[in-house]
Amino acid sequence: MEHPTSEHGLRTYLIGFALAVILSVIPFWLVASHVLPPGRTMLVIGIAAILQILVHLRFFLHLNLTSTPKENLLAIVFTAVLIFIMVGGSFWIMFDLHQRMAV
Amino acid sequence: MSVMSAAERAHEREEAETREQKALGFWLYLMGDAVIFALLFATYVIMVNNTAGGPAGKDLFDLSNAALETMLLLISSTTFGMASLASKAGNRSAVLAWLLVTFVLGAGFVCLEIREFAGMIAVGAGPDRSGFLSAFFTLVGTHGVHVSVGLTWILIMSGQVLFKGLTLPVTSRLFRLGLFWHFLDIAWVGIFSIVYLPGLL
Amino acid sequence: MFGRLTIEALPLYSWVAVGGAAVTVGGALLVAIVVTWLKAWKYLWTEWLTSVDHKRIGIMYIVVALIMLVRGFVDAIMMRAQQAVALNSGGYLPPEHFDQIFSSHGTIMIFFMAMPFMTGLLNIAVPLQIGTRDVAFPFLNSLSLWLTSAGAGLVLVSLVIGKFSTAGWTGYPPYSGVEYTPGVGVDYWIWAILISGVGSTLSGINFIVTILKRRAPGMTLMRMPPFVWTALCTSVLMAFAFPALTVACGLLALDRLAGMHFFTNAHGGNMMNYPNLFWIWGHPEVYILILPAFGVFSEVVSTFSRKRLFGYESLVYATAAIAILSFTVWLHHFFTMGSSANVNAFFGITTMIIAVPTGVKVFNWLLTMYRGRIEFHPSMLWSIGFMVTFVIGGMTGVLLAIPSADFLMHNTTFLVAHFHNMIIPGVLFGYLAGYMYWFPKAFGFAFDRAWGARSFWCWFVGFYLAFMPLYILGFKGMPRRMEHYNDPSWQPYLMVAALGAVVVLCGIGCMVMQLYVSIRDRDLTRDSTGDPWDGRTLEWSTSSPPPVYNFAVLPEVRDREPFLDMKERGVAYQRPAHYEDIYMPKNSMVGVVMGALAFVLGFAVIWYIWWLVIACGLAMWVAMIAKSSDDEAEYVIRAAEVAKIEEARYRALGSRAEGGT
Repeated sequence: MEHPTSEHGLRTYLIGFALAVILSVIPFWLVASHVLPPGRTMLVIGIAAILQILVHLRFFLHLNLTSTPKENLLAIVFTAVLIFIMVGGSFWIMFDLHQRMAV
Repeated sequence: MSVMSAAERAHEREEAETREQKALGFWLYLMGDAVIFALLFATYVIMVNNTAGGPAGKDLFDLSNAALETMLLLISSTTFGMASLASKAGNRSAVLAWLLVTFVLGAGFVCLEIREFAGMIAVGAGPDRSGFLSAFFTLVGTHGVHVSVGLTWILIMSGQVLFKGLTLPVTSRLFRLGLFWHFLDIAWVGIFSIVYLPGLL
Repeated sequence: MFGRLTIEALPLYSWVAVGGAAVTVGGALLVAIVVTWLKAWKYLWTEWLTSVDHKRIGIMYIVVALIMLVRGFVDAIMMRAQQAVALNSGGYLPPEHFDQIFSSHGTIMIFFMAMPFMTGLLNIAVPLQIGTRDVAFPFLNSLSLWLTSAGAGLVLVSLVIGKFSTAGWTGYPPYSGVEYTPGVGVDYWIWAILISGVGSTLSGINFIVTILKRRAPGMTLMRMPPFVWTALCTSVLMAFAFPALTVACGLLALDRLAGMHFFTNAHGGNMMNYPNLFWIWGHPEVYILILPAFGVFSEVVSTFSRKRLFGYESLVYATAAIAILSFTVWLHHFFTMGSSANVNAFFGITTMIIAVPTGVKVFNWLLTMYRGRIEFHPSMLWSIGFMVTFVIGGMTGVLLAIPSADFLMHNTTFLVAHFHNMIIPGVLFGYLAGYMYWFPKAFGFAFDRAWGARSFWCWFVGFYLAFMPLYILGFKGMPRRMEHYNDPSWQPYLMVAALGAVVVLCGIGCMVMQLYVSIRDRDLTRDSTGDPWDGRTLEWSTSSPPPVYNFAVLPEVRDREPFLDMKERGVAYQRPAHYEDIYMPKNSMVGVVMGALAFVLGFAVIWYIWWLVIACGLAMWVAMIAKSSDDEAEYVIRAAEVAKIEEARYRALGSRAEGGT
């Protein structure tokens, strides 16, 4: 666990907040303004979401590679892998079935 | 407390270890919750086109409402951060004030969501209308229930801060409440990126 | 006022059902009468039901498991009897009743026999083996126990009030949806599983933290006993796979209660997503059950061969590999749903791959026994019986992993024979080996060996008689779950299978006799050393039963077999220079109260008694808040008291040494 001085802590939260706002405004603005074709917009939404999740983990949940206990990091990485397997597998299976149902 | 026996010192050490164990246990709970959300997201994506002739996301979602909800949660995450900093600094009244602000923002989020749900149900787009709407209400509703649990927890912790002060067990619980609250914001990032924005595209 | 609960809910539709209800109610009454007669209510409440001591919680888990084993076995023998006679006739069970029986058999054996048995063994052995005084979250442990018991209670009550599910233990929609099965049966199934599933998730988290954070000084990960390794992997699977079951059953409950359309035929439901979600949990579940059994075999084989475990590292890596691979094979449970060849091939191949680490383990055990001084303790018999039988099930599993072969065998008794061939010798034999191995540790007196061996031989022979015919019947094309049939060539096999069930019944009888004889002779067979098998791991270094704090002084670990190492260095029974105060968690009634409330809540949801649902929900909420605000959850055992308890133990050890020489 981190024990930053309160000034340092305050800065961390404010940087996190600013980055999160930016990463939220971009996708909302793209959807509202239709400046990009839908495919591109989806791509930006996806990238912004992943970046924002990383921002939250780093600046709000204070995860980092040095001071966070090894077990906690391992749990998060393991979960990420599992979610990839479960969600990816579900999509593969269900969309494949969908195609074969020919609807 | 200046003269501590060896056993008492050992007990102090044990308490610190207990806090660390609780933090890991809570992280594991959150990760299990993340799996639940992930599967609800997967189910939503699988069913998003199963509108059964009923309304689709384009007909129902409101971009400005979603944006407002996003901002409320994001600001509440930051204000909770302020409460955590105040807790570290040992400033009891600041902790209470920031918890109160966080509560108001979170309650505002829940009100917006209830209003949105009520509006959809009023136009006949309730969770029993189609597979798509079942998945929508379940996914977004599960998040809303989590936020409501978080709000209750904030109230309980405010009471504890008020009556017990910032004792070790209380700050340890505040720390875990913080993890919970920030985690819900991450889940919300998934919701607006997978439900609202693609639905309105 | 009472929702859809009326007098019609009593099981008056058949005499067999009335009999089942009578046995259930009678059993509960009998227990209540005996406890009252012994004036033991207060003792039971203060020493057991409210206990947060992992050893007692472990014992209570195993009591639940043994009761449910008997109940599940009664279902099994009823099915075997029905199929043995139901050629061109209705037999003695109407279809509606037969369907309830196979559904409850599967549900009980997986969720309420195997799961509590496994968690019970973990509770008894893991904290002792890693040299700690309790699990990381003792209260949560008690809560898990009582949530599991609440689920088991719901299944038992379904026999008396209303009916159980007829949708099989997997509850596939749309049949399990409200449109086709409107009664309470499926709801009993859903809520029993959801409630106990929460308990299992919490147990998983609890043991992960316990094992990662509370090991004795010096016990590095690669010095953990093999059982602890398997317990860790199982806990990880429990914490991460059970959420998938919660989602699958939760969505089914929403379909049934709120009229949603996740898995319905109409309105855009997608019923194929249910097997997908269910088996994302369901396949890891198989390994949740079997990994701890592998751990027990590793302990037992090494102890009773008087040798170090052969290839410890390979066993550890194999266990970890299985834990991860188990998340990548789930589609093999529904090859026939119609996925394209690529998807089926992928999951077929991953399924074959997962057999490899399992095979590695068989060689670990065989090579541990090779040139060992094998002692044929009942636990060792279970282990050897497992190895011989399990490989047959493994081979039929690899056969079923080939999608094109699976298309022929799916839904036949071949499949039934296959998974019983994994779960009875693999899981149950392992747990029974552990039960007979750790019994003297838990109670402090010997477990009768002769009856244990008899029990093994009955189970072993009974298993072959009951399930080998089902392999053949599967090849002959007999579907599973048939209430009656008209092919006379099947009947002889089904009669042999029924005979097998009778032999297994004798095995259960022998287990009861073993308990009776052991308890009767307990004063003659007290174990004052705490180390009846010349053990190798830390649980044998403390007394039997261990004191509430397990270890007066936490042991220092220098070797992979720490207690053997201590004995060899001559420090195993050394008196410590002095003792210190020990802080232990206080008992709490919140766990058992929460379990009772969860039971009533589940019952009320099943019968649509909404006011009671709200009342129970609020009460649970209040209990949780009260418990979580409690800062005084520990009490102190003073050093002087510790010294007194330990002195008594050293006196007993000393007198035994004098008497022995």
